[in-house]
Amino acid sequence: MRGRLIKDRIFELVVIAFSLAALVPLFVILVYVFKKGLPVINWSFLTHLPKPVGVKGGGVANALVGTAFLVLIASVTSIPLGIWAGIYLSENKNSPISEFVRVSVDVLQATPSIVVGILAYIWLVKPIGHFSALSGGVALGIMMLPMVVRSTEEVLNLVPHYLKEASLALGVSYPRTVLKVLLPSGIPGIVSGILLGVSRVAGETAPLLFTAFGNQFMNWNILKPMNALPLLIFNYAMSPYEEWKRLAWGASVLLILLVMVGNIISRMVSEKWKVKF
Amino acid sequence: MKKRGAFNFSLLVAALAVGTVLIAAALSMTIASLPALRAFGLKFFFSPDWDPVSNKFGALPFLLGTLITSFLALFLSLPFSLSISILSGEYLKGKKISSLLKTLVDLIAAVPSVIYGFWGLEVLVPLVRKLEISLGVAPYGVGIFTASLILAVMIIPNAAALAREVIELVPSNLKEAAYALGATRTETLLKVTLPYARGGIMAGILLSLGRALGETMAVTMVIGNSNTIPKSLFSPANTMASVIANEFTEATGDLYYSSLIAIGLTLFVVTAIFGVVGRYVVNRMKIK
Amino acid sequence: MEGEILKTVNLSAYYGKHQVLKSITLSFPENRVTAILGPSGCGKSTFIRCLNRMHELVEGARMEGKVYLRGKDIYEMEPTTVRRKIGMVFQRPNPFPTMTIYDNVIAGYKLGGIKLKKTEADALVEDSLRKAALWEEVKDFLYKRGTFLSGGQQQRLCIARALAMKPEVLLLDEPTSALDPKSTARIEELIQELKKTVTIILVTHNIGQASRVSDFTAFLYLGELVEFGATERVFTVPRDKRTEEYLVGKFG
Repeated sequence: MRGRLIKDRIFELVVIAFSLAALVPLFVILVYVFKKGLPVINWSFLTHLPKPVGVKGGGVANALVGTAFLVLIASVTSIPLGIWAGIYLSENKNSPISEFVRVSVDVLQATPSIVVGILAYIWLVKPIGHFSALSGGVALGIMMLPMVVRSTEEVLNLVPHYLKEASLALGVSYPRTVLKVLLPSGIPGIVSGILLGVSRVAGETAPLLFTAFGNQFMNWNILKPMNALPLLIFNYAMSPYEEWKRLAWGASVLLILLVMVGNIISRMVSEKWKVKF
Repeated sequence: MKKRGAFNFSLLVAALAVGTVLIAAALSMTIASLPALRAFGLKFFFSPDWDPVSNKFGALPFLLGTLITSFLALFLSLPFSLSISILSGEYLKGKKISSLLKTLVDLIAAVPSVIYGFWGLEVLVPLVRKLEISLGVAPYGVGIFTASLILAVMIIPNAAALAREVIELVPSNLKEAAYALGATRTETLLKVTLPYARGGIMAGILLSLGRALGETMAVTMVIGNSNTIPKSLFSPANTMASVIANEFTEATGDLYYSSLIAIGLTLFVVTAIFGVVGRYVVNRMKIK
Repeated sequence: MEGEILKTVNLSAYYGKHQVLKSITLSFPENRVTAILGPSGCGKSTFIRCLNRMHELVEGARMEGKVYLRGKDIYEMEPTTVRRKIGMVFQRPNPFPTMTIYDNVIAGYKLGGIKLKKTEADALVEDSLRKAALWEEVKDFLYKRGTFLSGGQQQRLCIARALAMKPEVLLLDEPTSALDPKSTARIEELIQELKKTVTIILVTHNIGQASRVSDFTAFLYLGELVEFGATERVFTVPRDKRTEEYLVGKFG
């Protein structure tokens, strides 16, 4: 009996040890990135363009603007469509169309980001004839779409049936009931899902490699190639110049902060605004 | 009544549009890969020659590169992800610290892959190079082994999150029955809980494998970009995703372009199967 | 008998293939309380849900027959119009959790996109809450969420919400079954007060409640209308054996 108990204890310790060990790389990476990147960040880093090779200083303003543009385009393409489709799924739970759409969402969610890049290339870059922020934004939108659909559906499924009845029984039309009763009750969850989606796609590089492509200069035209934080990190990280790598570390800190803040706000939204039924 | 009709119709259109994205994706990639598949047939997947200069394209090196890195990463990550899921789904179930652990694990997944790649390039590659020197193999630093290490860290959250979910779903009366028979916690875990959650854990493994297969940036940055069949665990190689990332913008010839898309299509089909099967298993567990 | 306001003719209802109501013909007198009495599962709720077209919202549900509101077929009117004229209060209090008490009262207008002037809205809120005997309890925190009220208060808020639409008929679907005895008593008092202005149809499986508050009673059993008449008469000299058995507690 004693042997069994000792084994029990050892097993538990092993489990704890492995779990903690799994978190070590996370901390090591975060500490390293911040150690390298934080000293780089200052006002001029945020407001200036990258300098040519050999010139000291410079910043990542163009990548910041680009990431904002790309996320905006992704949101515009995916959020309204995703919410609408999510409403359909939650209002028509058992229709064959819903089954088909749910499988589509699963597949889209599992699709590797590089494949999404290929799709945006085929659909937008080829017909337009050159790389553009638009195609990059759409690629990120395709990645966000399944997240928005799923979080909308899941959240609406949690809204109790009796609220819908209460509204309909007051003579409120069905569309208004959906838009004014169901959707507002689900909004915190949907917003939280969207924020999570945004912070995920903001860090994506692969779908942008041959869509937004990157740009050394500031660009405000969504039909032209545009830089983005992850693209800049990739390009400068792979470059042989220390000065560029320095910029890449700074950009890495910005990107991590962006993603983490998005994640944290998303959590806060879903917990603090939670509608109590 | 009419308004309701129009509203419902708009919902239906949106839902169908989401489905259409998928169908359009499959169709347009299939069409774009046809030239390559026509030119090489099944040999596309079995030929080891990837030579843009003489317009010969075989994807075998990348298929192997992907399989080796993914399975190696899975193998390396499994003890960690299972431990995390057991710890938070069983030992710490319902405790506050469990949600802290969950948050930290989610954070691993939230770090953008390009940053893993950058860190790998700057920190891990020199370390592996030292290891290779001491082992007496060619000290590239970059290669399959380095890529697998990074991948392993990155996929821990996927398997862990799912496995924890299914472990939490194991009915407590089953476990109590085992305790009542005098089984220790470990015995209950190994002989009752884990076997019961087996399906869901497998699904988690499948989904994280899907993630590993498609992971691009971190791998691209540390795998060394070699288009030949890898000879050892330390050889530089390419995966399906990394070869697309590296060569797509340079693919000048039609056949070259088509071959890269054919690789993308393969990746798409494989991850789709993994994703759907994984989801299906998880959903069935939840209904049960 | 007084003027009838609502009438069903050969009303049958189905869930898929299962028939839950069998050809019910019944008239409801204006400004009276009519209780629909019967054991659970007899189709009481389905019956009143046919009266404001809520039944058709359930997947697979279907009905036959006619329902007339003041002689007009409600199945030829817009469902939203029907539901404004025929209000409903449910078994479980269901105020809107995202809205304040004030907004809950005028929810039918706000959600339905019907504009109200501020003064109109204020007057309507006060009037409806007074009618629902809730005004004195909530007038100082109208801008708090409705879900902070007690169960009984929430149910009266739901009644106020229905009254604010100025309905001609109010359907109450076992409105006290989720409430404690004290709250139940208050709602029963309220029903007596309300019938001066609105016709009430009350579904209940509580024999005592039917006898206390209703003027007329319809007894439903297994989807059939077994008996209908003045409450006093039905309770003292039931004509059907099944009614008698139910009243003495033989089943249900």
